[in-house]
Amino acid sequence: MNNVKCECGHVSPVGTVLCEACGNPLLEEIKQKDSPLDMRYEGAARRSQTYNKTIIDKVWNFFSSVKIAVYMIVIVLVASIVGTVFPQEMYIPVPKPASIFYEETYGFIGKIYYLLGFHNLFSSWWYVLLLLMIGISLVVCSLDRMIPLYKALKKQKVKHSVNFLTRQRLKAEISVPAEWGVKLDQLQGFLKKRHYEVRREGDSLLAEKGRFSRWGPYINHIGLIIFLIGALMRLVPGYYLDQYVWVKDGETKKVPETPYYVKSEGFTIDFYEKGDLPEDVGLDNLQGVIKQYQTKAVLYENVNEGLPGSEPKLQEVARHEIIVNHPLKYKDLQLFQSGQRPQAIAALNMTLVNEKTGDKLGKFKIDLYNPQTEYKINDTTTIKMLEYYPDFEFTKDKKPTTKSPNPDNPAFVLNVFSPQTPQGEKAWLFLGSYLPAPGTENIYGYEFSMPDLTNITGLMVRKDKSLPVIYFGCFISMLGLVMGFYWQHRRIWIQTQGPIVYVAGHTNKNWFGLKYEVLDVFKKASIPVSLVEHGKDGKKVD
Amino acid sequence: MGRKLIELSSNLLLAAFILYIIASFVFAISVTGKRWGKQGEQAHKQKFGSIGFWITIAAVLAHASYIITRWIGQGHIPTSNMFEFIAFLAFCIAVAFVIIYLVYRVPILGAFAIPVVFIMIAYASVFPRTVTPLIPALQSYWLKIHVTTAAAGEGIFAVGFAAGLMYLVRTIDQSKDSRSRRWLEGTLTLVLMLVGFIITSVVFNAMDYKAEFQLNVDNTKSVVEYKMPAIAGPQDAVLLTDSAMKPWFEAPGWMKGLNAAKKLNTVLWSVLSGLGLYLLLRLLFRKRLGQLLQPALSDLDPEMIDEISYRAIAIGYPVFTLGALIFAMIWAAEAWGRFWGWDPKEVWALITWLFYTAYLHLRLSKGWIGEKSAWLAVIGFIVVMVTLVFVNLVIVGLHSYAQVG
Repeated sequence: MNNVKCECGHVSPVGTVLCEACGNPLLEEIKQKDSPLDMRYEGAARRSQTYNKTIIDKVWNFFSSVKIAVYMIVIVLVASIVGTVFPQEMYIPVPKPASIFYEETYGFIGKIYYLLGFHNLFSSWWYVLLLLMIGISLVVCSLDRMIPLYKALKKQKVKHSVNFLTRQRLKAEISVPAEWGVKLDQLQGFLKKRHYEVRREGDSLLAEKGRFSRWGPYINHIGLIIFLIGALMRLVPGYYLDQYVWVKDGETKKVPETPYYVKSEGFTIDFYEKGDLPEDVGLDNLQGVIKQYQTKAVLYENVNEGLPGSEPKLQEVARHEIIVNHPLKYKDLQLFQSGQRPQAIAALNMTLVNEKTGDKLGKFKIDLYNPQTEYKINDTTTIKMLEYYPDFEFTKDKKPTTKSPNPDNPAFVLNVFSPQTPQGEKAWLFLGSYLPAPGTENIYGYEFSMPDLTNITGLMVRKDKSLPVIYFGCFISMLGLVMGFYWQHRRIWIQTQGPIVYVAGHTNKNWFGLKYEVLDVFKKASIPVSLVEHGKDGKKVD
Repeated sequence: MGRKLIELSSNLLLAAFILYIIASFVFAISVTGKRWGKQGEQAHKQKFGSIGFWITIAAVLAHASYIITRWIGQGHIPTSNMFEFIAFLAFCIAVAFVIIYLVYRVPILGAFAIPVVFIMIAYASVFPRTVTPLIPALQSYWLKIHVTTAAAGEGIFAVGFAAGLMYLVRTIDQSKDSRSRRWLEGTLTLVLMLVGFIITSVVFNAMDYKAEFQLNVDNTKSVVEYKMPAIAGPQDAVLLTDSAMKPWFEAPGWMKGLNAAKKLNTVLWSVLSGLGLYLLLRLLFRKRLGQLLQPALSDLDPEMIDEISYRAIAIGYPVFTLGALIFAMIWAAEAWGRFWGWDPKEVWALITWLFYTAYLHLRLSKGWIGEKSAWLAVIGFIVVMVTLVFVNLVIVGLHSYAQVG
């Protein structure tokens, strides 16, 4: 393929549609027609429209196609809609495995939904792959268009071929008015007043404004790419931490995967009271409406972290009253108010009783969060804890198991060793009841007294180093959108060719505004002009 | 003091509602009644256009006063429940219309855009108007920033929708049967269904209609209270209210949950009353709705209305991006520790954004202008409404703070 030479003598690179110098169409089939010229990318040569031989060309062309991009957007859109029909796995309201939940709750459709992987759509490989492909498309589309467009706009000359001017969407031809030189100066002045940058060559001028708005879409795309990179950065180890910690009142607990410890100096739930809202707004009953969850938190750093075998040595580094919307922040670490178990059972208080004699042998306390393996009742009697299920349930084949590590439904297997029971005596212990091993009659029983209650706060632990990148991407993206949508690139050509003055106008949007502006400056210079609007039908589809 | 202000705010909203209705009639007359007076057609159009505009301004001011008085009255911005949000969205649509009107000065746009506003206000009033104290998650200045910006973006999209619909009514050939013609009738019927929903809700509410059903959900006996006569009753339920109408049929078994059948019933009422309204209008005017509306737009330049629709969406898109996505992400990061969590409402905001992204690419790069573009503008706002109505009321998630009362 060779470079193309225009009638004006200028040689443009291969693939160019409109001559770089004079704007004359270079392809015969466009030259012959009278329809408005396709002014997108200024008719510059685009890689994707020029080469289609090698694999690289084909891949490039695939990703530079807006049609493909729109297809990908639509697929993501439709998939996302399907993804909200039933809750995602992470939002399942009951603690059941996904394999059971969907079929049980939504029947056959639910089963299909689960089998097709829609229950975890947004982290499925193909969804993420589509997002990545859209990302690649953003890069390729932008490079394919922005560079040629930039060059073409930079190179543009004042004078153009007549064919270029008469085939703009907005155009007029008038015979040279009297005192044209003076009038043209006036026009130039009025255009400048309207913030146009005017270049003049003899009896011709090119007025242009808002060229920067042409970069808007590309800047927006760059912002989106930065955003996507930010989102991917979370996959880098150490960039993103997602943990959870439950802390009892007064307890100090290690923050998982960090050198920090957090202490709750008290978790409270505030309820709305009478004086909280302006009087008499029609809400007489505010009872039970939660106003705020709050944890008085202290953050410690373990100075000995990383020293093998050393005891943690804690140093206070931050103190904050965590409420919803106001997390504790220290360096990268953030602790969010996220869950609550007010008045939760912290420990069971029990007495060991000899059921035969009614003798009370002694009291003991089982801390549900930190149970001991052995409880000494008196000099001769000890209880060993054999098994502990904080959240007891039976599996399908009737084996005991725990649903979660939270002591919501604690159950134990205890073994009492005493002179009467040297081999031990086993019993199941539940909240408020106990059960001897099947087929045996136990000597010992248990008496329950008031358990210890405590407030437990659930703190979400987050570290997200990618956040600044993500926000920066958003900012760039917005900048591009504002540039591209709230400004327009307008150009007005006025060219004298013998007895005729050719007027042409082009804008990338808001033709209404451009038309008004052209008419206005001509009116001010008192030159009668009737603008012709070429139909939009000439817009080509590529 | 508080209660008086809230009462005042309700009255201001009612005043705005009435003024909007008057304004849309005046805008309609500016074009349809141009042959009435002695003055020239242009003069008539200008005069009524400007009267309509000033009535709209008065309505917007009343609407703004409603927001301010309610804000002061309850102590937080009125965007925290369904009633407040939809009333606020209506305000945004009205303001967006005023801005677009000032640019293009097309009076008949008011006859399409302003009805969207008062239908929205009517729709808002279906939801409970009581002041809701802010739950902890909503106690943030982002409530003001995120919700208002998102609503502003959606409001501008609504004007794009109105203009798109006008383009379709103006250009679709009514003389011969076509897919476009049928779809247009369908779209207009959809609007009537929303109106039907509002009317039936208001009527049965005024009648204080109640029908209680007892049913088993997850092995516990529960009671559901219908506020509309049950066309579709819950499966295997016992009607407890004697005077109430017996259900015509039971909701299918796959619709689980306590309120599923009730929601289905509401949808049925909306569809049936919408179809009823449609038939009534057809019988009354003996014309298709498209045919009925078309003459009002006959002297409108289709390219102009196409541009208005596109322009509105081009203005709304950055605002929506900022409000519904970026501000939402910042707030989510502050409140929940993650900027994005694939919550249904978040996903639907993304869906809306992707839809308008596709619209812009198709229009700017693929030359989809005119009818195709107008259809997309119409569907786009339907997506917005789905996000607002369906996701809030049907799909449960973090954002579903509003439930049907």
